[in-house]
Amino acid sequence: MKILNLIKLAIRALQRNKLRALLTMLGIIIGVASVITMMSIGEGSKQSINASLASMGSNMITIQPYSNEPGGARMMGSSLKTLTIKDVEALKNALDVALISPLASSNGQSINGANNWPTTIQGVSPDYLEIRKVVVKEGIMFSDQDVRSSAKVCLLGKTVVDNLFPNGDDPIGKIIRFGKIPFQVIGVLVPKGTSNFGQDQDDIIIAPYTTVQKRILSTIYFGSIYASAVTENASNAAVAEITSILRETHHLRDNQDNDFQVRTQAELMTMMNSTSSMLTALLTAVASISLLIGGIGIMNIMYVSVTERTREIGLRMSIGARGVDILLQFLIEAIMISITGGVIGVLLGITAAIVIPSMLNWPTVISQSSIVISFLVCALTGIFFGYYPALKASRLDPIEALHYE
Amino acid sequence: MTAKKILEIQNVKREFIMGDQIVRALKGVSFDVNAGEFLTIMGSSGSGKTTLLNMLGCLDKPTEGSYILDGVNVKELSRDELAKMRNTKIGFVFQAYNLLPRTTALENVELPLLYNPMITTKERKERAIAALQAVKLDGRFDHTPNQLSGGQQQRVAIARALVNEPVMILADEATGNLDTRTSYEIMSLMQELNQDGKTIIFVTHEPDIAAFTNRTVLLKDGRVQKDTTNPDPRSAKTALAELPDTDDY
Repeated sequence: MKILNLIKLAIRALQRNKLRALLTMLGIIIGVASVITMMSIGEGSKQSINASLASMGSNMITIQPYSNEPGGARMMGSSLKTLTIKDVEALKNALDVALISPLASSNGQSINGANNWPTTIQGVSPDYLEIRKVVVKEGIMFSDQDVRSSAKVCLLGKTVVDNLFPNGDDPIGKIIRFGKIPFQVIGVLVPKGTSNFGQDQDDIIIAPYTTVQKRILSTIYFGSIYASAVTENASNAAVAEITSILRETHHLRDNQDNDFQVRTQAELMTMMNSTSSMLTALLTAVASISLLIGGIGIMNIMYVSVTERTREIGLRMSIGARGVDILLQFLIEAIMISITGGVIGVLLGITAAIVIPSMLNWPTVISQSSIVISFLVCALTGIFFGYYPALKASRLDPIEALHYE
Repeated sequence: MTAKKILEIQNVKREFIMGDQIVRALKGVSFDVNAGEFLTIMGSSGSGKTTLLNMLGCLDKPTEGSYILDGVNVKELSRDELAKMRNTKIGFVFQAYNLLPRTTALENVELPLLYNPMITTKERKERAIAALQAVKLDGRFDHTPNQLSGGQQQRVAIARALVNEPVMILADEATGNLDTRTSYEIMSLMQELNQDGKTIIFVTHEPDIAAFTNRTVLLKDGRVQKDTTNPDPRSAKTALAELPDTDDY
């Protein structure tokens, strides 16, 4: 029989059992829709992580203290005491490093008259703005002179402004306190919003690192050092250079491990992406299982259909249908079920991917490959699970089939 | 008579293995059928009638002996070649009609032609219409089997058997499910088709039906017991006219 006729025949057979066909498709529909939705969520989160990491400065390098002592209590990197101003001065000579800023931060209460707000003060150098892509909205950044003199000046993030100046007063020029230390506000920062880690990036006060070190922390150490490579491509060279300089200033012998850790943004990107890729793979695997169950559903219903239509098969054979004609008839019916289910599933998946961002605030990106792949998987599912019932039908003995009750 | 031989059956045997027993359904059957004959195969149950019918219909192959249908030795054919023989040389009419449910009369009649790749869609439809007209079912092309009476369903089945222009029509108890009047109507139709030159083999156990045909082969215990010609078959049309008008007889 011609393929076109077989397709017409399959469509007719499905139309006769609409509810049954729909229920059989359901597994495939759910499977395909969830594969596409999961993959679009995964792709969306990957792209949004990459975008926000890039906005933090794609050639940024982070240096943190790291314990190289075997055994003993491990401590938070920022509480270790290895990075000092000597390291920062030494790193200024590195050829692949363009900008550098130490970071000494402290949590505490900021106070303006009757208003107060718990926040973080970050002691940095003027280069910090450029490295972290932070922009001053109003007022000015403090200068190197302010750093040298440990000036009590600061810039406020939007969250701090909102909480200390709820009346909408202009904060610039006002004196606020952080703990017991008074600071003059000289600028306000452009809001950056929430980071990928759910952190409010506007809940900060920026001040010269010398001021924070001496007047608040009473320490000579830094929690971390930020640097930026001259270009993004120079990141790895910069990391190597920084590592060798720091080993020298820290007087580490060849057999000693680094007492610091140097990370590039690219590394962070890979790390974050690998987490989200793994999550996507896991979700997709779960979704694939429902596709498999859908396939088994098709196989089941095709077996029922073959048994139900044994007499029809007998008749068709007795008037000249060959085994292959019967095989194709049932195989195409199974493929029709799975492909129709696939199309509905793809449409549902796309709809979900469009609706989710507005409902759950998760970014989604529909990847064409996920649509093509799940569609192919559907067709294969139909062929694979439809084949055995169809083969069974094609091997029936026409005499027995004709007299089947 | 130099009529063409359609069927040549030479010492055909068919054995079935049932568990550890061998059942001999046919123990050496021989007869020929010429083109244009209207033949009845009779026999009680267990006589090998059904086995012979399956063999004649190319649904089964003999264990021994030869069966030549329209010049082709059926014993040497593969499964697919048997299917092709059934498709092009044989028209089946079954006791239970075996029409596809929820499928129109026209589509039911078209069915054998769907399995013949040589026939175009247009030709298929034309031939199906012609076959339905030949069995006097004009105007019922779009009826599905459940909208037709038993006699009408059997006529659709006969049209289906005619549509591929077979060398013979093979009817298996084709009147078995019908009342006397409708049976006679069907036999009358069969006689007309036979007069137009169709070879018909009718398998039945009703002697009543055999009277309408011009030859009877009687099977008993897997052998031909009697092979008689009937030079003056009864006319089904006359028989129909002789039936009382009402059903109260």
